[in-house]
Amino acid sequence: MPFDWTWNWSYALIVPLAVGALLFALFLVWWERRLLGWWQDRQGPNRVGPFGTLQAVADLIKLLTKDDWLPPFGDRAFFILAPAIVAGSMLMAYVIVPFGPDLYVADSNIALLFFLAMSSLAVYGVLLAGLSSNNKYAMLGGLRAAAQMVTYEVFMGLSVMGVVIHAGSFSLVDIVEAQRDLWFFVPQVVGFVIFLIAGLAESHRLPFDLPEAEHELTAGFHTEYSGMKFGFIMAAEYLAMVLTSALVVTLFFGGWLGPSFLPPVVWFALKTAIVINFFVLLRASIPRPRYDQLMSLGWKILLPLSLVNLLATGAIALALSD
Amino acid sequence: MIPLILFYIAAAVAVGAAALVVTRLNASHALIYLVVSLLAIAVMFYLLGAPFAAALEVVIYAGAIVVLFLFVVMMLNLGRRTVERERRWLEPRAWIGPGILAAILFVEMMYAIVGNAVPTASEGVGPKAVGIALFQEYLLAVELAAILLLAALVGAYHLGRRYLSDRREEPSAPGRKEFPPEEASS
Repeated sequence: MPFDWTWNWSYALIVPLAVGALLFALFLVWWERRLLGWWQDRQGPNRVGPFGTLQAVADLIKLLTKDDWLPPFGDRAFFILAPAIVAGSMLMAYVIVPFGPDLYVADSNIALLFFLAMSSLAVYGVLLAGLSSNNKYAMLGGLRAAAQMVTYEVFMGLSVMGVVIHAGSFSLVDIVEAQRDLWFFVPQVVGFVIFLIAGLAESHRLPFDLPEAEHELTAGFHTEYSGMKFGFIMAAEYLAMVLTSALVVTLFFGGWLGPSFLPPVVWFALKTAIVINFFVLLRASIPRPRYDQLMSLGWKILLPLSLVNLLATGAIALALSD
Repeated sequence: MIPLILFYIAAAVAVGAAALVVTRLNASHALIYLVVSLLAIAVMFYLLGAPFAAALEVVIYAGAIVVLFLFVVMMLNLGRRTVERERRWLEPRAWIGPGILAAILFVEMMYAIVGNAVPTASEGVGPKAVGIALFQEYLLAVELAAILLLAALVGAYHLGRRYLSDRREEPSAPGRKEFPPEEASS
């Protein structure tokens, strides 16, 4: 049944989930800075509160009270709309994340496609931010972001198709259930690596943060943003990172599955935390590639690789089926 | 009942946004309305029981194709002058012909639709059913589309290729003396 118009108790999750995700993004800003400090042999934020934990609160107060400037030379409507699109599309995608066996807002036979759809709509936020700022750095950043995200979207979709073949469904709950015997990380290791790289590029985080590369483009597509609009763009980046981590866990590492001495939600949270920390480690250790290197890596290596992976997975599945 | 109401709301949004696509003077505004229209169409697909088509509508049309349109518009960096030119092109005089033709089509379409209720599906067509239909009944259409896309791919490759080879033949520094062609080819 495509429509179920009756009240479902899982809808009660929507508001706590959205608020929780935003607060978690705030916490993550502090956590990431601490980790980076640790890995790079320096202190990181440690002044405000115990271990600098209140740094996140201080940052929030600063963002909320900062002058929210609208560039008079830009496109006002798009300028205001852009951060809302970025953050909104990312929050929407959280709807399909299964945190536990019965702990998700919605699951359908197109759940995975819904995630891809939302991450492809997020491009508009970045693109419009660059376009409406009417500033050459922002414009270049927006162009880079659009090219990068469209490119990496292509094989982000292709890389998860191997998982879909194994599970026989686009539903994330079915995909997790299909991993009871063996995590898809094992047969789909190529798909996993490609999905990880594509997820990194989709959330345009370091080392793939070329749209906002500060040494060449000031702050790229969000050069003109200040105050809470900048805060939303920043939050969306962290939301995207958490979302990608959650999907990596769901698709390749068995989601909430784990030995029964811990509840499923805890397993899910632990695995996701490990992947998030891995993303931070990548940021700390890998230098930024050049823009043309990023694009040729995408089109010349990752795209053929994901097609071959899909073909091989399909051939094996077909051979084993009869 | 609720699906039907939602369907009509989505349809109204789609038509309204499509009208705005045509009448906006600023190309980037028009494209954003096009995205809104496509999203409304995706909602309609979903309500008609085609969730897979709805998802692909968003992923491919809204998420990839219109992004590239917008990308090109950004590259061209159209300024106020383009808006002025668009305003001149959108004079009422230019509307009359297309308006009459569209009105005829509209009347025909209403004649075809009246009497047939909107078929809001009770059961959705899942991705698996779509895949089976595509690769069994409609295999020929899929293959033809693949050939068309291959032709487009080869064309794009060719255009990009010529551009690159032209660049390579350019003199490496301005003011450098160019060799006559026969000498350069030898």
